[in-house]
Amino acid sequence: MVEYFLIPAVQILIIFLVLLLFVAYATYLERKVVAFMQVRLGPMRVGPYGLLQPIADAVKLMFKEDIVPAGADKWIFMFAPVITMIPAFTVFSVIPFSDSHTTVFGYPVHLYITDVNVGILFVLALSSIGVFGIILGGWSSNSKYPLLGSLRSAAQMVSYEVAMGFAIVSVLIYSRSLSMIDIVNAQKDMGWWFAVIQPIGFFIYLICGVAETNRAPFDLPEAESELVAGFHTEYSGFRFAIYFMAEYANMILISSIAATLFWGGWLSPFPNVKALSFLQVVPGVVWFFLKVFFFMYLYIWLRATLPRFRYDQLMRVGWKYLIPISIGNVILTAVLRLYFRT
Amino acid sequence: MTFDQILFYCLAAIAIISALMVITRRNPVHSAMFLITTLFSVAGIYLQLHAEFLAAVQVIVYVGGIMVLFLFVIMLVNLEVVSTERRFNKQWIIALIASAVLLVEFGYVIVRGGKSSLLPPVTGPAQDLTRKNSEQIGLMLYQNYMLPFEIASLLLLVAIIGAVILAKRRLASDK
Repeated sequence: MVEYFLIPAVQILIIFLVLLLFVAYATYLERKVVAFMQVRLGPMRVGPYGLLQPIADAVKLMFKEDIVPAGADKWIFMFAPVITMIPAFTVFSVIPFSDSHTTVFGYPVHLYITDVNVGILFVLALSSIGVFGIILGGWSSNSKYPLLGSLRSAAQMVSYEVAMGFAIVSVLIYSRSLSMIDIVNAQKDMGWWFAVIQPIGFFIYLICGVAETNRAPFDLPEAESELVAGFHTEYSGFRFAIYFMAEYANMILISSIAATLFWGGWLSPFPNVKALSFLQVVPGVVWFFLKVFFFMYLYIWLRATLPRFRYDQLMRVGWKYLIPISIGNVILTAVLRLYFRT
Repeated sequence: MTFDQILFYCLAAIAIISALMVITRRNPVHSAMFLITTLFSVAGIYLQLHAEFLAAVQVIVYVGGIMVLFLFVIMLVNLEVVSTERRFNKQWIIALIASAVLLVEFGYVIVRGGKSSLLPPVTGPAQDLTRKNSEQIGLMLYQNYMLPFEIASLLLLVAIIGAVILAKRRLASDK
């Protein structure tokens, strides 16, 4: 009873709260980094160096009026942000933060909530649900800009999901398992991160990950200069905050999957090089968070650097380049794997 | 009743009720949402049968792929016309006959199989319970059922080519 209900419940609570904190401070990180890149200071007023800004923002959004536009489909309008947020947070139940475990009151406690045998498929399944919140939110607003934004978003996410799936398959050919823990352990046994073995797959995954989260340079669904704010134009107050939180949780999620699948999860860099074994003094969790942090930084870096794609360019890149390259990569990997059978 | 049974009846009830809601709602977007609920509860029943792979694929393909495209199309077509149209048109007689035939078929199978409700013993790679669920499905699909699998994929390919040709012809006539 304690093992199957109480411990997971406490773990879920802790991970949820930590994630909320991370999401809040990801917005702070983004504002600060973009500000520094543009030779500004960013938020400075609330707390030292503006450190309390995310909390002030959260409080402000909670007290704002919750507006439902006239002619909107009320129930769907109110429910849509929740549909986006729940999967974005649920997926973290299968992300392995580290393989180390401790004993609390005689029960073994792992640094992940659960390890399912279809782990990566579970992740893909849940993240494909998130798009419904965006489509329904845009449609139920009864307004043209949100509708256009949500149509763009649906097309974009469906297109890039395909290439992303193939990039993940190329990793699975090496890991021979769908479980997230086994994928990291396969990299440990091989002695290399999969990013070294699968550079093409890694590259495609990164591009698709940015497109899946609707971030710059693929932020067409919320392109300010043409669609006001895209699918969440009509949202205000806390419902807007939920969309915002889901977007940042999804960024952390894509970064975590990239770290797990391609950068060896909790493993230290170059796990097979003896001279670098002193790096294993640092706990696996720290490595994991450093990797996730790097990918988060990459997101912000891209946003501050690259201009937005045009819509037809986006579709061309997705269908005419990424998908054929990723399919070719899967076939090449499979052939090599069969040829150099170990 | 055990916990498993309670869970099964809950999932089955949700599936049936939301399936009924799909055909009775006036707004096509609401229908689509109830269809998603049905697909989810079916995925839950798959999970109860220890078919984790099937459950995940059910959600990825049907919910994440097909239903997104459904919603996409529903939003693009003119909703005003659709919502004022009558739900029950002249096709209902054909539909009634088709569902009556299906009902008789199901009834026959249930009555005939009632005495021995067990499924025939599984042969092939699926017997090996030490293997993982996804591995078993892979082996079954690519070894025992290779030909049906390839035929199905060929059918899908034909459908894709057909769609492309239709779209191309339309583009050519526009010019």
